[in-house]
Amino acid sequence: MTQYLLSVWHDRDATPEDIYPDPAEREAAYAATGAFNEELRTSGNWVFAGGLHSPNTATVVDGTGNEPVTTDGPYSEAKEQMGGFWVIEAADLDEALALAARGSKACRGRVEVRPFQGE
Amino acid sequence: MNDLPGGDAAIERVYRAEFGKVVASLAGRFGSLDLAEEMTQEAFVEAVRRWPTEGVPPNPGGWLTVTARNKALDRLRRESTRQARHEEADMLAAHEDPGAPVTSVTDERLRLLFTCCHPALAPEAQVALTLRLLGGLTVPEVANAFLVPERTMAQRITRAKRKIAAANIPYRVPRDHELPGRLRGVLAVIYLVFTEGHLPGSGEHGIRDDLCAEAIRLGRVLRELMPDEPEVAGLLALMLLTDARRAARLDAGGALVTLDLQDRSLWDRELIAEGHALVRECLRRNRPGHYQLLAAVNAVHTDAPAFADTDWGQVLALYDQLYAVTPTPVVALNRAVAVAEVRGPASALAVVDALDLDGYHPYHATRADLLRRLGRAPEAVAAYDRALELTANPAERAFLAGRRDALP
Repeated sequence: MTQYLLSVWHDRDATPEDIYPDPAEREAAYAATGAFNEELRTSGNWVFAGGLHSPNTATVVDGTGNEPVTTDGPYSEAKEQMGGFWVIEAADLDEALALAARGSKACRGRVEVRPFQGE
Repeated sequence: MNDLPGGDAAIERVYRAEFGKVVASLAGRFGSLDLAEEMTQEAFVEAVRRWPTEGVPPNPGGWLTVTARNKALDRLRRESTRQARHEEADMLAAHEDPGAPVTSVTDERLRLLFTCCHPALAPEAQVALTLRLLGGLTVPEVANAFLVPERTMAQRITRAKRKIAAANIPYRVPRDHELPGRLRGVLAVIYLVFTEGHLPGSGEHGIRDDLCAEAIRLGRVLRELMPDEPEVAGLLALMLLTDARRAARLDAGGALVTLDLQDRSLWDRELIAEGHALVRECLRRNRPGHYQLLAAVNAVHTDAPAFADTDWGQVLALYDQLYAVTPTPVVALNRAVAVAEVRGPASALAVVDALDLDGYHPYHATRADLLRRLGRAPEAVAAYDRALELTANPAERAFLAGRRDALP
């Protein structure tokens, strides 16, 4: 078994209203994602999942010097930022990709699949 | 064969035939492509050292597999610092029976092929891994085939192997419901190797015989492993029927010779017979697909004693079917060539002009030819110029420039 991070990416400045312009569509996406989470729990693939507040609520802390230095905003200046993620456990990449495809359909977003280092 | 100093023709033949089998067998056994590749290479080095004096063993493939496997076990024992690893190696060794035939090597090769062509790998990495691990091409040979620096190719292959291990890409033949899609990927990789040999996009050569031969070899392996897949037969037939015309495709000056002007006595009758038999088999199965239809088109061409005998109505009907299966502008363009023969160049030009393929040099080459045949010389010259801008293949360039310069 391998653990994978399934992350969902959005435009840096996108609000939930930008991501799901139609409120009914937003509700449907939330419901589908909730149902998918439930399936992950039942199938035993579930490890953890969560949605994140927007990147401008982030703070970067640098504790490598004598005094910790805090900076407002996300670490990466990239245009795309992580909006939420699942951590799942799967037999292999094929299973992880199949789950990612369902997660992607549920939340209406593209999903990056990345393996955790094992052991 | 840079890694095999002193390798003579017999060893070279064994190398080409057995490399992929040995890698596949070891990968199945130890679950590591890196280890499988390295130990296979070492086993061949030992063969090169020992066979010239001891003679080639009666079953060279079995000898190589057992030698590579023992080297892998030695390596694992040496490297293992944990007791568990020792136990694992001992357990594997306990099952070793040098007299037993190597278990289902064919299945292992199929697994290796599907792993190399996994859609989570970049297409260029799929091609590189397939040529390296199944074809046994050395890294410099693969680099040379795709005209990238050796270092770049080595990194590409290493990165792909690392991803397979880290992301836990499964080492198996896909399940039935995934098979059609995954098989399409494998066929695409093999055909990409072939087309790169048949009509290299760049470099000094008009044709790369070595890549064509390697693609056909992989096609034959796949056909042996999946004899019931019509598209596998179709791809092999397509490659054979295309390759059969190789000797007639270039003139003495290295320029491309079009089908209408080829000396058909130079065509390889044996390859054509083999290709035709495969196409007939596909027709019997009646489950047409992309490669089968392209093979059927080539069967019609290779069936005609002279260009004038070509059954263009049949070619056009096959392209209509192909367009139904693969409705792409490139198929529409190739179909237009048949339209020109059946309904005349004006009808074909109307089809071609409706296509959005400005960056594709065959589009301009086809357009140029139609304009030439319609007597619209200035427009034809412009189209030849545009095609020339877009291709670096020397044989094609010579052909296009010749046609352009012959215009009034």
